[in-house]
Amino acid sequence: MKRPLRRLGTAVIVMIGLLLANIAYTQVIKADDYRADPNNKRTLVAEYSRQRGQITAAGGVVLARSDPVNDQYQYQRVYPGAGMYANLTGYYSMRYGPTGLERNQNEILSGDSPELIAGQLSDLITGRDPRGGNVELTVVPAVQQAAYTAMTDKKYVGAVVAIEPSTGKILAMVSTPSYNPNPLASHSDAVQRKAYNALLNDDPSPLVNRATGAVYPPGSTFKLVIAAAALQQEYTPQTPVTGKSKINLPDTGGATLSNFGGETCGNGGGADVSLTEALAFSCNTAFAQVAMSVGTVPIRRQAEALGIDVAPPPDIGVDLVGSRLGDVPDTAALAQTGIGQRDVAMSPFQMAWITATIANRGDQMAPHLIAKTTKPDLSVISQTQPESLGQAIPIPVADEVRDMMVASEKETLGSGAISNLVIASKTGTAEHGTDPKHTPPHAWYVAFAPADNPKVAVAVMVENGGGLGLDATGSKVAAPIGRSVIAAALAGGP
Amino acid sequence: MTNQTDTPSDAGQVNSRRRPTGRVAELWMLIFAAVIVTSALVLVQLNQNRSLSWSLAYYSGGYLAALAIAHLLIRRYALYADPLLLPVVALLNGIGLVMIYRLDLAADVAAVNRGEPTPTPQASLQLVWTAVALVFFLVVLLVVRDHTVLQSYAYTLALVGVVFLAIPAVLPSSLSEVNGAQIWIKVPGLFSIQPAEFAKIALIIFAAAFLVSKRTVLSTAGKRLFGLVLPRARDLGPLLVALLLALAVLVRGKDLGTALLLFGTLLAMIYIATGRVSWLIIGLLGFAGGAYLAYRLFSHVRVRVDIWLDPFGDPLGSGYQLVQSLFGLGTGGIFGTGLGAGRPDIVPFASTDFIMAALGEELGLVGVAAILLCYLILAERGIRTGLAAQDGFGTLLAGGLAFSLALQVFIVVGGVTRLIPLTGLTTPFLSYGGSSLLANYVILALLIRISVSSRRPPEPRPASPPVRPAPLSEANTEMVPVLSKSDPGDAS
Repeated sequence: MKRPLRRLGTAVIVMIGLLLANIAYTQVIKADDYRADPNNKRTLVAEYSRQRGQITAAGGVVLARSDPVNDQYQYQRVYPGAGMYANLTGYYSMRYGPTGLERNQNEILSGDSPELIAGQLSDLITGRDPRGGNVELTVVPAVQQAAYTAMTDKKYVGAVVAIEPSTGKILAMVSTPSYNPNPLASHSDAVQRKAYNALLNDDPSPLVNRATGAVYPPGSTFKLVIAAAALQQEYTPQTPVTGKSKINLPDTGGATLSNFGGETCGNGGGADVSLTEALAFSCNTAFAQVAMSVGTVPIRRQAEALGIDVAPPPDIGVDLVGSRLGDVPDTAALAQTGIGQRDVAMSPFQMAWITATIANRGDQMAPHLIAKTTKPDLSVISQTQPESLGQAIPIPVADEVRDMMVASEKETLGSGAISNLVIASKTGTAEHGTDPKHTPPHAWYVAFAPADNPKVAVAVMVENGGGLGLDATGSKVAAPIGRSVIAAALAGGP
Repeated sequence: MTNQTDTPSDAGQVNSRRRPTGRVAELWMLIFAAVIVTSALVLVQLNQNRSLSWSLAYYSGGYLAALAIAHLLIRRYALYADPLLLPVVALLNGIGLVMIYRLDLAADVAAVNRGEPTPTPQASLQLVWTAVALVFFLVVLLVVRDHTVLQSYAYTLALVGVVFLAIPAVLPSSLSEVNGAQIWIKVPGLFSIQPAEFAKIALIIFAAAFLVSKRTVLSTAGKRLFGLVLPRARDLGPLLVALLLALAVLVRGKDLGTALLLFGTLLAMIYIATGRVSWLIIGLLGFAGGAYLAYRLFSHVRVRVDIWLDPFGDPLGSGYQLVQSLFGLGTGGIFGTGLGAGRPDIVPFASTDFIMAALGEELGLVGVAAILLCYLILAERGIRTGLAAQDGFGTLLAGGLAFSLALQVFIVVGGVTRLIPLTGLTTPFLSYGGSSLLANYVILALLIRISVSSRRPPEPRPASPPVRPAPLSEANTEMVPVLSKSDPGDAS
């Protein structure tokens, strides 16, 4: 009995030895794999416990910061601007993950880059907490504030984007309705869940970034692109175009396309008008015919030059949904494309960028939201320089479009005109939905100013007429907002 | 037997050559364990950025009291006990308590974050269970004054064990099922017990007694086949019946871990009793066949095996537990994150089956190795106790109990570290759970009792003839006293 028992003693040593060998393999050789596995939540938690970098606007205004707190995560993410910048910063939620710049700039903000992972291991040993870098935006708080206040005061659902034409800097990017990102970054799971579920149930959804993450029919604002394409063909601003109140669409068995309100163009009683007048009075019949005579290919070429249907869309720091021209399968579709309907879909950002390119005399500047990134000690990691992407519209054509836009602004109603300031603009009132004649249209306004030396280009889009119902137009709803944003942008010194 | 005590008798009756009891060494080692456990508790508190609080004093005070009581019990009722057994158990129990306390803190935070009321702390329950376990410990030491008496109750224990084991199978699942395994007896609102933990001990005792009585037949009779001596099945009849019944009940209740443990332990005991490798080979072949059958018949067995082969195949689904366990171990690395500085609460069942993963995360390979060495010491001291035992029953019982501890550690730790497929079992003395703690303290008491029998100095010859002589078959051989010259009887 003793001898087998002794052997069993040896067996026990072997068993424990096997366990030890296997655990050593797991904890030493496989350890790095397991630590780095994306399903390992510990890495994520460690990231949440780090002092994350700040997101600031131009002039150092803090949009997101990490305050030390006395709980297991040690730092609480705070968004002092609440809803005003939520579409830009996004939120840093443990439960729902980071969104917006918090996600796109996570490597900088968390201090997490491949080189830093080695640093983190040494941090683990030395006990030093790694810190994140900072992200400074091009957004100017005064402009953002003006746009956000103008939209929320009227409870408009929509977006405003303002760009500095000469540099491509995004001066404002607003989406309404917005939300308060603070509860979503709470360390309390219950608070996060409650806030998130409330947002999910909100209608219209605050979680959609309408400036960049949604596309809409641009309506008459798209006539700028058609005009630019036409002016590169045989058209001039003085070329006579039809002034009729309605035209037949070819190959449709009698479908017609008519002007707003069924009126003739301008005050000519149906006589031909110039291209400039057609744009100023936003005559649909004229632009449908211009589009049909210019043809799909030049229009598509111009659209692509302006960044439409270009994949991938430019990297501005937040996710962009690509804008598109549509397939344009037949002539009727081409006519409708000419007035920014049918399959044409633009994000407010895209329209602002096109407007900025016209303002910059056709020289397309790379749009950007991030001015620079810095290390925790504020030394610069990277700084965005203005970059030209090329001549999207020939200079003379861009100048002609500008002049036509100045004429258009003169015919545009709505409040907010600024004395001694020449604005170049175009409105849009876009039908949409399954029952377009009985659905309030989207109201658009794109503009830049001063017309001779543009400092700011802006696009305003208000969904569903902003509560004015079927009577809503771009000039009544969107134009006053655009003008107040221009005023705010120029207040800093035109 | 009732007049036997382990306390030293009057000096005049004892040999002048006093055997060391080992109690001083035990006390020092207990103090060592207490220092480690108390420091560990403080570390948890500091790493969690909490101040030292009264709850800490409650836990460490309760633990120290438990140590002191256990030590005093041994001094009073098992003076010559092996001095290593209790300190090792105390250290393991203490480390388990620290980790359970640490997981309580995490559960509190999680509950606050979810906006739920904080759960009942498991650590304080575990402390209560430790106290109850000490009562069991005391009762076993008091009732079983000599382990050989257990032999007379072998068949009774086997019957009680199997019946107890079978109770969950006949209870409605609302009173017997936890996490898919129907192996509990739940008394709603009060407590639940896992009868298998106790049935295991009963069956080991039965097996020891049975095998001792059949040892000669088992190791000699049988046909030869290919050089192996095949045992005769009828010699093992009662043991096989008990084993098969137990296995049937366990497999039906999906308690694969305990089934494996019981099977392995009884096989080892048969080997100890007979010394014949043929038994091992037959047992292992039987195991292979049973395992294959179980794999083919039961989907939950297949799932376990598939997870073991490829835990990352479904890391968020069926493989979740094992994957999280491996993540914890990997994150811990060689030195661990430090007590209270990791996230062991992410691993499911961290305080019970997966406590080794939790410890591996925060104490690292170094800590896990230390804990496994504690188990090695515990099992080897138990086996030594068996080797030193003066009777076959003691040898078999100690060997069986010690091996069962080692095998249980192997099954559960091997499972959570992916050495073998995962089957649910508690880690002895470490895991949260009343039944497991009580049963393991009973095992400790039995091992201590057997160790006393071999370490105790021979009884001095009583001054007067024994009042109740033992039956002749059990009587010791006695030395004939040589009368000294100073003896008054030799004068004149």
